[in-house]
Amino acid sequence: MAESHSTTYGLAHHFDDIEQQREAGTLGMWAFLITEILFFGGMFLAYILYRAKFGDAFAAASAHLDWRLGGANTAVLIISSLTMALAVYYAQVGDRKKLMLFLVLTMILGATFLGVKAYEYYHKYLDHLIPGFGFQWSGHGAPKQVEMFYFIYFAMTGIHALHMIVGLGIMTVILIMAKRGRFTPGYHSPVEISGLYWHFVDIVWIFLFPLLYLLGAHLHQ
Amino acid sequence: MQTVPFSPEQASSFARDVDALYGFLWALTIAIGTLLSLLILYFAVKYRRRSEDEIPRPVRASHRLEAIWVGVPFFVAMGIFVWGAGLYYRMYRPPEEAIDIYVVAKQWMWKFQHLDGHREINELHVPVGRKVKLTMTTEDVIHSLFVPAFRVKLDVVPGKYSTIWFEPTKAGRYHLFCAEYCGTSHSGMIGWIDVMEAPEYQAWLSGGAAGGSLAATGGKLFEQLACNTCHKSDGTGRGPALEGVYGKPVQLAGGQMIDADETYLRESITNPKAKVVAGYEAIMPTFQGQVSEEQLLQLLAYIRSLANAQGPARQTSTSGVQK
Amino acid sequence: MNIEVQKQPPRTNYLNATYGIKSWLLTKDHKRIALLYLASVTFFFALGGLFAVGIRLELLTPQGDMMQAETYNRVFTMHGVAMVFFFLIPAIPATLGNFLVPLMIGAKDLAFPKLNLLSWYIYNVGALFTLIAIVTGGVDTGWTFYTPYSTTYSNGNVLLTGVGIFITGFSSILTGLNFIVTIHTMRAPGLTWFRLPLFIWSNYAASLIMILGTPVIAITVLLLAAERIAHVGIFDPALGGDPVLFQHLFWFYSHPAVYIMVLPAMGVISELIANMTRKNIFGYRFVAFSSMAIAVFGFLVWGHHLFVSTQSVYAGLVFSFLSYAVAVPSAVKVFNWTATLYKSSISYNTPILYGFGFIGFFIIGGMTGLFLAALGVDVHVHDTYFVVAHFHYIMVGGTIMGYLGGLHYWWPKITGRMYSEGWARFAALVIFVGFNLTFFPQFLMGYMGMPRRYYAYPEEFQVLNVMSSAGASILGVGYLIPLVYFAWSMRYGPRATENPWGAFGLEWRTSSPPPTENFLETPKVTWEAYEFRPREEAEVIDITRH
Repeated sequence: MAESHSTTYGLAHHFDDIEQQREAGTLGMWAFLITEILFFGGMFLAYILYRAKFGDAFAAASAHLDWRLGGANTAVLIISSLTMALAVYYAQVGDRKKLMLFLVLTMILGATFLGVKAYEYYHKYLDHLIPGFGFQWSGHGAPKQVEMFYFIYFAMTGIHALHMIVGLGIMTVILIMAKRGRFTPGYHSPVEISGLYWHFVDIVWIFLFPLLYLLGAHLHQ
Repeated sequence: MQTVPFSPEQASSFARDVDALYGFLWALTIAIGTLLSLLILYFAVKYRRRSEDEIPRPVRASHRLEAIWVGVPFFVAMGIFVWGAGLYYRMYRPPEEAIDIYVVAKQWMWKFQHLDGHREINELHVPVGRKVKLTMTTEDVIHSLFVPAFRVKLDVVPGKYSTIWFEPTKAGRYHLFCAEYCGTSHSGMIGWIDVMEAPEYQAWLSGGAAGGSLAATGGKLFEQLACNTCHKSDGTGRGPALEGVYGKPVQLAGGQMIDADETYLRESITNPKAKVVAGYEAIMPTFQGQVSEEQLLQLLAYIRSLANAQGPARQTSTSGVQK
Repeated sequence: MNIEVQKQPPRTNYLNATYGIKSWLLTKDHKRIALLYLASVTFFFALGGLFAVGIRLELLTPQGDMMQAETYNRVFTMHGVAMVFFFLIPAIPATLGNFLVPLMIGAKDLAFPKLNLLSWYIYNVGALFTLIAIVTGGVDTGWTFYTPYSTTYSNGNVLLTGVGIFITGFSSILTGLNFIVTIHTMRAPGLTWFRLPLFIWSNYAASLIMILGTPVIAITVLLLAAERIAHVGIFDPALGGDPVLFQHLFWFYSHPAVYIMVLPAMGVISELIANMTRKNIFGYRFVAFSSMAIAVFGFLVWGHHLFVSTQSVYAGLVFSFLSYAVAVPSAVKVFNWTATLYKSSISYNTPILYGFGFIGFFIIGGMTGLFLAALGVDVHVHDTYFVVAHFHYIMVGGTIMGYLGGLHYWWPKITGRMYSEGWARFAALVIFVGFNLTFFPQFLMGYMGMPRRYYAYPEEFQVLNVMSSAGASILGVGYLIPLVYFAWSMRYGPRATENPWGAFGLEWRTSSPPPTENFLETPKVTWEAYEFRPREEAEVIDITRH
């Protein structure tokens, strides 16, 4: 029946066995990610509605975003998901050094993503494209409608970036735990669960990139 | 005449029907409530525990019973749905022929404009036995026009027009309330609907409206704002002629057709670049902020008055399709 | 049954296992966290109640003479905010649910004890923001925050209150998440889904709503805040936005939210009926499925709050139809509870009195929902006191009856003490009378035309308003009485045995109060739900043949 808590490594006192604990943790993370889908979903809804209403202005606004930077960031995140998956693999087989290596690589890629975003945001600030704070637009498309696009852009990528920052924090904790030798082939579900979170944040970006960057890519800037 | 207790007077053609459904629903509620209460009371007494360690025999589940008390409520509910939906459909589809009155709500008053130029604040005079259509908007926040005696209510939303209609059936003075919380004086945003018999109404109408009809005021504004420099009657201006436009389909630059109703016409004044007529350039400036909601309604009344005027030959689109 | 039943209360239980404020504020024990929540929600119930007193006092007279209009508008807003977000939504799940879910399934704790504690702290942070908002002037938008009033015109503490609600929402999400994972993965061996107590089914269904719906109100509040700060124009038509979009987003959560409030209460009622009649709930599976049906359908009906909002007529038809569909599972529950009484063995005590009270109020509240779902009638009664009466019948007559009934039923388990039955029945009676007197007249004044959120009203509504306020004073007294005898019982009440009601369920097979780890050994379940064993193994009754 219940495993002995004193001899089973990593088993919390309120779970019967390690399998139950792993199952609970994984289901918990999936349930949490579903709430995140609903959370981002509200903003996707706003995007869809206003894109339908202001198609022209949205395309013009999107054209002003640099799709190459966005594309590069997309590649960065996809690779980071690969490194994360590899980190999970090495945790499963108990290779501590490689686990740490791939965690660090994932974090470097995540930081790169954030760095590129910071660069993009800074340039938006220079171009007076931050809604509500001295927004100016003289290109094609009604200014108020373009401002709506940029509001949705900042809201969605901003909240996404916040999730990335939280993800980096989680990775730091996992890294420290890995360094201290806390993970074994029998107990490494924190790594798996963090991996789930990281993949989710990646997938959100996969949706954001085409909707925000590629919408007006066919137009000239 | 009150058929249902604790109800307002029945003063519109809707009131009796709404009260009938309402009365039925109370009858149903009281019947079901009484039946269930008596049943529970009866069981509660008959099956009260006689001894401390008494344990009753289990009772077999019955899918038949379950089906009955899923099916019957569902069908009753569907019946009520159809009844209520039918009423709603009637209420929210204004008739073609009706006395048109424009309403602008603002914190915290109701402004009514009759087509003949009469303007009223917080009080509306209408004749008995005639259909009345209210086209409404608000200058600021969402309000809601509510006349309990007529059983009608509809929100007024900034940036769009909402339309409601009623046919008063009984002369009298009835409460008008704002029914959507709108700030400090929400409960002060009240007034009266005065329903008058035909002769009195005529007398009231001929009491003179300062400033002339709504359309005439709108026409003056049309000149004042120089609309006529682009929207020339002979169709040679930079903007389309407005004769014969109101209520008819219009082809837009993107190819789609839209009806030139109040909403479209209002948008064309406040946000002209949004829907440009085919064959014209998007050069009309916006008048957002330069005209009040009431002035917009005056302009609309003016354009409406041109509805039957003979316009120039309509410009066809490049594809040659003309509706 | 092969679980250890503690014959005597152990010397240590969860209440006295450790002492000191830190052992409570840093506890991971779900039972202690439930009590922490009990303190918090009781505080907000009292606060919301105070605001209600302000409302009913002002409405004694047709003129606005007790306070200024602005003040009144803030009072009714704060009444709604405090009651909905800080009392009704967490009340049963975070107190009774937290305490009982692990016990009822034979687990030692919830799946994520630390998250459970975190959710209480998050609740308090959100509560703090809201309290600051209240104390520094309050909000006057109504708890519904309709735009553009809330984004552009209100000069109350919209942002602060919004932040408070946003933060507290995460507390709700974490609780729901914890329950779902716990119920899925930590049931005792042999405890299959259809052997679960119906309280678990109800909380599971409510938890699904919590995790799916709350994120939407979170993003709605964020968008509201952004609009208020940056005036972007999502909800402002002058800038191309749509004020009715806010209503859709708001009600997409806030309608399912009312099922978060009522489903756990229904779960309590199922427990009360089954255990006080010593019979399995008639049609157990139908009741379990109806909880799930309510949760699912509850997400599809939000548009019935927008029937007169300029939403399209066709949308109105669809939402009205679906609103009737969602009424059916609730009716099914009431019928099944009633049928359970047939040939049962009903014991009279305070919990079952609250159970019967719930059923009575829920019938009225539920049936008046049919009035509101009828499009033609809703046009007349929308935004009048008819609606106010309807939702108070469900939330107060429903949820609070369930909450009080549950508190009385599980009080001996939670505290190890019994309260005074005489005073408890008296309080139940006072509440019943006070409640009806407060809210029934509101149906009538609503149909007569009295709008909601009115600070002053025409004279003809005064009589009914006075009746309502009189009832409110009685109701208030009724709520104060349990505070007194519950507190008294904690010190002086007779000690309870492990199963004072002779009830069924794993929580009654451990001591009162339970030890910290709930059970000495994980129980093995070999019986069906509410399988009370009769003395003689008699044949089962088939009621379709009698």
